[in-house]
Amino acid sequence: MNVEISNLSKTYGASKALNNVSLLFEANKIYGLLGRNGAGKTTLMQILAGQQRQSHGVIKVGGQDPFENGTLLSQISLINESNNFKNNLKIKDVLKIGALFYPNWCTETADKLLADFELDRQMKTKKLSKGMASALGIVIGLASKTKVTIFDEPYIGLDASARYRFYDILLEEYQKEPRTIILSTHLIDEVSNLFEEVIIIDEGEVLLKQNKDALLQLSLQLSGPTKAIDHYTKGKQVIHATEMMGNKTVLLFNDVYDVADLRQRGFQVEETNIQKLMVYLTEKKDVRTHD
Amino acid sequence: MTFHLNEDKPIFQQIADTIESSILEGTLAVGERVPSTNEFAKFYAINPATAAKGINLLVDEDIIYKKRGIGMFVAEGAPTIISAKRKSRFFHDYILPLKQEAVKLGLTDEDLIHLLKGAMK
Repeated sequence: MNVEISNLSKTYGASKALNNVSLLFEANKIYGLLGRNGAGKTTLMQILAGQQRQSHGVIKVGGQDPFENGTLLSQISLINESNNFKNNLKIKDVLKIGALFYPNWCTETADKLLADFELDRQMKTKKLSKGMASALGIVIGLASKTKVTIFDEPYIGLDASARYRFYDILLEEYQKEPRTIILSTHLIDEVSNLFEEVIIIDEGEVLLKQNKDALLQLSLQLSGPTKAIDHYTKGKQVIHATEMMGNKTVLLFNDVYDVADLRQRGFQVEETNIQKLMVYLTEKKDVRTHD
Repeated sequence: MTFHLNEDKPIFQQIADTIESSILEGTLAVGERVPSTNEFAKFYAINPATAAKGINLLVDEDIIYKKRGIGMFVAEGAPTIISAKRKSRFFHDYILPLKQEAVKLGLTDEDLIHLLKGAMK
């Protein structure tokens, strides 16, 4: 299911959470939705899931407006960082509700994931630790098999081994049944290999939307003697630079690079990663890249 | 083959390289089935589109070929194509960095030749 957003804005009183956002999420791709705290990621995801109404602009999920659209909402799931469940329920009741609400609900998947995360279906949700609550959210999100599945950082409560289990399970479920998956995360280094597309939001605006592999090729980390580096990078876009002992390391962006030539010049050339790009790009304001 | 991905090169390039190395080393023989996009994605925990991009590089170079509905296989001429390609890169990838480091250390060409001969024994 495609998700199309045009000129979307959301204001809370005087503050703008989202400002004129236009985005296309194509069906059956995994998107990484990245940005600093307060950039507007959560607001965007809640509007996608019909849980908030935009102030201006249009959102279409599979051609329809999700807000108060029951049929459509049974095809969209949003799992939040916390508070996904009512306190007085047992896990098995939460699963029952999921099965009633989501027409594509898969009991087999739910059972398998409960076992994978070692959750006891008799437990009450208010007794769950942070990690268990996170895991239960993930179980619901994946077992619902919704066409659009959104995770707003539910993995934050999981310990490292449970998080890696989640990444494996997510990929496995996605390969079995492709769906549009939107992940927001601060643990970018851990998750970015799963993304097909990357969206970076900054201060309520879309800073960048790119295929992940293409995005990484737009950037390069270059080290060498400061003078040589300064000479080479003149007129090029440097989004970060550090200097030490007469050597300079720069992160270049938005260019095409001849790696063999750079090595021949005696520079050290390294790939960059999504986390570094996110951090340095959201420090700088004069970058806008759209595919 | 590579069991861990690093940040030296794009991931799709590393997938292509690891398949090539397996073919060169003979662990993946001519005519043998190459693991699928999904198998690579699962093994390295990467997006299937990234794995597909790496595999398609090799399809474009006639190193592997697709049989619709069955899978992908190592092409007849694959080892020759790969070794020709790697030989043409050998100077850039190995000789140049070797020479650069040698210059830094003050090693002469004779020193280098002597060391190389020792290593080849």
